Amino acid sequence: MTAATATTTKARPAGRRGLSPGRVLAWSAMAAIVLITLLPFYWILRTALSSNSALAADPGNPLPVDPTTGGFERALGLQSTEEAIAQGGAGGGLKFWRYLINSVIVSTLITVGQIFFSAMAAYAFARLRWRGRDKVFALFLAGLMVPTIFTLLPNFVLVKELGLVDNLLGIALPTMLMTPFAVFFLRQFFMNVPREVEEAALLDGAGKIRIFFRVMLPMASTPILTLGVLTYITAWNDYFWPLMVSYSDSSRVLTVALAIFRAQTPQSGYDWSGLMAATLIAALPMLLLFACFARRIVSTISFTGIK
Amino acid sequence: MTIASSSPPSRLPLGSAREARTGPRPNRARARESGGDGRLAALFLAPALLGFVVFLLWPTLRGVYLSFTRFNLLTPAEWVGLDNYVRMVNDPIFWDSLTVTVEYVVINIGVQTAAALAIAVLLQRLTQSAMLRGIVLTPYLMSNVVAGIVWLWLLDTQLGIGNEIVAALGADRIPFLADETWAIPTIALINVWRHVGYTALLLFAGLQAIPNDMYEAARVDGASEWRMFRRITLPLLRPVLAVVLIMTVIGSFQVFDTVTVTTAGGPANATNVLQYYIYGAAFGRFQFGYASAMSVALLVVLSAITFLQYRLTRAGRSDLG
Repeated sequence: MTAATATTTKARPAGRRGLSPGRVLAWSAMAAIVLITLLPFYWILRTALSSNSALAADPGNPLPVDPTTGGFERALGLQSTEEAIAQGGAGGGLKFWRYLINSVIVSTLITVGQIFFSAMAAYAFARLRWRGRDKVFALFLAGLMVPTIFTLLPNFVLVKELGLVDNLLGIALPTMLMTPFAVFFLRQFFMNVPREVEEAALLDGAGKIRIFFRVMLPMASTPILTLGVLTYITAWNDYFWPLMVSYSDSSRVLTVALAIFRAQTPQSGYDWSGLMAATLIAALPMLLLFACFARRIVSTISFTGIK
Repeated sequence: MTIASSSPPSRLPLGSAREARTGPRPNRARARESGGDGRLAALFLAPALLGFVVFLLWPTLRGVYLSFTRFNLLTPAEWVGLDNYVRMVNDPIFWDSLTVTVEYVVINIGVQTAAALAIAVLLQRLTQSAMLRGIVLTPYLMSNVVAGIVWLWLLDTQLGIGNEIVAALGADRIPFLADETWAIPTIALINVWRHVGYTALLLFAGLQAIPNDMYEAARVDGASEWRMFRRITLPLLRPVLAVVLIMTVIGSFQVFDTVTVTTAGGPANATNVLQYYIYGAAFGRFQFGYASAMSVALLVVLSAITFLQYRLTRAGRSDLG
């Protein structure tokens, strides 16, 4: 591979692409990475489909041992308490559908609100002319520097004063109106929409509001989609904030419910089958969502670098 | 956070704002714009500005204020001056918890950055497969809670597959999450598993900005892959790497979820990370003032680290162009 002269390339046409020791090593490393990434997912499924007693007897078996759907039934709260305890569960099931609906409501409120309102603000920063624009934008940028975690305690006090504790709206509200990052990110894309497109619409007599809805939003649809899916995933996976705000089933989201389900398992022996079934059904909606948009999301992240 | 590969975020706004104002514009459009869009801008900005002021600016100021008070949520906050800070400095558990957090961050960020860099370079030099990039991102789709529970099972001392492998290799079983020395490194690595793919893709985005001719030229000169990595990839990626590092370090200091579901701060406070201690002070003992003071301390530490990293890595300057 060194000193690549014309003759050597001709003699070994596959020179660069061939199986040099380095490439074999690199591909092996890649294979190891894929294995470490994906193997836990298989192990979740294998455990969820096994029975607890068989898991204890045969922990290393690569296949489900004594296959049963008992784990899923316990996670979904379909088993009676006696049945659940007999199979190594805690008795208390997961009101899965209730928590799923709560998670969907919270994540949808946050995503739709945050993206839409941030896009409006981003448009005002990118394309409207008004006094003090750069100063207000600098303030938003400074907001990027405040770690989310710092605002959680005071925000909890605020949400409590607003009477929104243990309420789905209280969970959604702090990130429903904007995040500095969403504003910053969308502004970058609106800046890149060619002026000419906007001007053509202006000449056709369209107002600025119409331009926002008919020109800007459609032209930024790919970044908006990516940002939207990532915002949805982040909202869905959030644990700390909903843990603070929700006290009862009425506002409990999946992550919080799952942590409680884990804390309930008997200390003498975990209900691994039930726990793995529960983690799988909690993670499944995001895996499916990602599967639908994977190609566009991956290319947006890996070419613009969004976080 | 956006990683703009050619220029850092801090320089973007000024340059691009200026850009937006210039440029040719037909007369009619200019005439219509000349009055400015003040009213319309107010309308477009109102919801986001409300959110910014009420849920970001106000809580930030209030968090600082609460750190100077005694406050239990039920009775009004009572000003106590520097009491909370004096107490913090004399609180051995606070210092322990800060030490544990720093240990976690060092392991987490060290391993994650090295692994992410390796994955990004492999993805760039080996294949352009979008599928592989999708695969490395999958753990990120799970919540920290799910990832924590899953690894609690995989690493269970008696039944976990991790310890089955350890036992098969002839070693003693390791109580990964139940042992004082192992717990923090284990939690740090669990979070590497969840976040490394995302970090790798951010670095991959930075690698796309490096012109391919440079690698071609180096290859003609007979440079090895390792040499190309040292002489081309690493120096040119530095600004992006610096920004990613600042972001991930800030995120890493906020570790909480994984600790809650795996060890709950134990054994014997060995994983009592700062955020866990703060949560306990606020919601376990209702000392919101003291919890706020510790949050302010964390904020100061994070700001100092950001500032230092920015200076040390010269994040603002690129070697490209």
